[in-house]
Amino acid sequence: MSQKKLPKQIDRRYIYLVLLIGVAVPLLVPIGFISEVSGLAQQVYDMVESTPANSVVMISFDYDPSTITELQPMAKALIEHAWKKKHRVIAVALWPQGVQMAELAFADVLKRYPEKVYGIDYVNLGFKSGGMVTIQAMGRNFKEVFPTDSKGTPISQLKMMDSVRNFNQIGYVVSLSAGDPGLKGYIMTAHDMYRVRVSGGCTAISTPGFLPYINDQSQLTGLLGGLKGAAEYESLIDVKGTATSGMDAQSIAHLLIIVFIIMGNLRAQRIRKISKES
Amino acid sequence: MKRTIPLIITFIIGIIVLSSEFIPHKPFSSVNESLENWFLVISGFAILLGQLSLLRVNTFKVTEKAENWQYYLAGLISFAIMLLCGIFWGTQDAAGLLGNGDKIISSLGTKPFEYLFVNVYQHLSATMFALLAFFIASAAYRAFIVRSFESTLLMIAAVVVMLGRTSVGTTMTAWLPQHLKFLHLPNIADFIMNYPNNAAQRAILISAALGIVGSSLRILLGIERSYLGGKD
Repeated sequence: MSQKKLPKQIDRRYIYLVLLIGVAVPLLVPIGFISEVSGLAQQVYDMVESTPANSVVMISFDYDPSTITELQPMAKALIEHAWKKKHRVIAVALWPQGVQMAELAFADVLKRYPEKVYGIDYVNLGFKSGGMVTIQAMGRNFKEVFPTDSKGTPISQLKMMDSVRNFNQIGYVVSLSAGDPGLKGYIMTAHDMYRVRVSGGCTAISTPGFLPYINDQSQLTGLLGGLKGAAEYESLIDVKGTATSGMDAQSIAHLLIIVFIIMGNLRAQRIRKISKES
Repeated sequence: MKRTIPLIITFIIGIIVLSSEFIPHKPFSSVNESLENWFLVISGFAILLGQLSLLRVNTFKVTEKAENWQYYLAGLISFAIMLLCGIFWGTQDAAGLLGNGDKIISSLGTKPFEYLFVNVYQHLSATMFALLAFFIASAAYRAFIVRSFESTLLMIAAVVVMLGRTSVGTTMTAWLPQHLKFLHLPNIADFIMNYPNNAAQRAILISAALGIVGSSLRILLGIERSYLGGKD
């Protein structure tokens, strides 16, 4: 009996090449897939919308450049929405490189809001190590934790900070989080201990871990999960940012992964059939 | 003695911090505040310690010519360049030892540290994370094979969530009438995430929390001593 040949495995370089083309083409020539807004993104949007003008709000930049593709569009959209609603934004960072991420996000949004003044409409208080203990200390007194901003200016010289002592004066906190320390610390401390509204954005891969916190106690008010969450938020505030354009590429990448799964299973099926026959 | 004193300190501090959660009044609250401030100071030193450790480990690998020592050397050189740029010309508005480097700013458009951060580090870092997509695609082809009922269920859920989390999923089921909205792929994906996934995540969270309580008690009572280092 002649032995049937087992189907060969595709060389992984071909898989990489197909994926590269699949991601690159939609970035160069946008397809324009439609995107539905999820309830989670809507909750974040509603939280910002319901916060009165002139409120001081806080965005925590708890990520570094490795996750910039997913989290930076969220940062820009959230700053833009806050400024649209005339909120004053405090930026802090629990990750050392979060300071630069905040600087870049502000610089980008400032192009559309040149009238916003540092120290009056926004401040960047910089990085502080310590994770959850830092958040706890912020709940007591911001000025103790951040005596100066990221540039070394004493906090007493920042007009916007005059009215801020602790979380009681903060409208809401949004943590853009790529891991620990980050969003979980804010939920457990800022919300659970100090009762401030906490929302967040995270990478797609860590989204499922945060969903239990969206509950009847509103430990988490909505969540922006990955690039899709960022694209949904951009569509809510009517801005076509990098997340919206990146969604086409991500959609094609997901489709290709599904195709690869099907191909892998067809091959496995064929191998099983040949093994049975022989 | 070398071990007994740290164990006593751990026990006392642990009891104070724990008590302050239940008795938020003096002296517990004020002692807890001081302890938090100490922690913040110590955590600052931890960063410095991390950098020194990074230097030590990498230098050792290079001098010992360990496998792939060239990569460790590249890491050390990159570390030194960023450090020196920060020390000599500062970052953001803070001046360095040589001032702000106005001549360099006029040619680069920004300080050397910021220039390297935005134009080199940021892109390299994002690229490293993006490479995951290629590994996932390759792994999906090789490893995501249906072998049992459970793996079939897992695969169906994964495909639905993957499609539901992209614009393709929305487009594919956008034609469905309003009364069949629950069949929209994003809605099915949301259902999977909000119910089966959430139930499992909650179980994991509760188990982890119980585990943390257990291990914290072991540390407080001196049963768990591995954090002290060395041998028992």
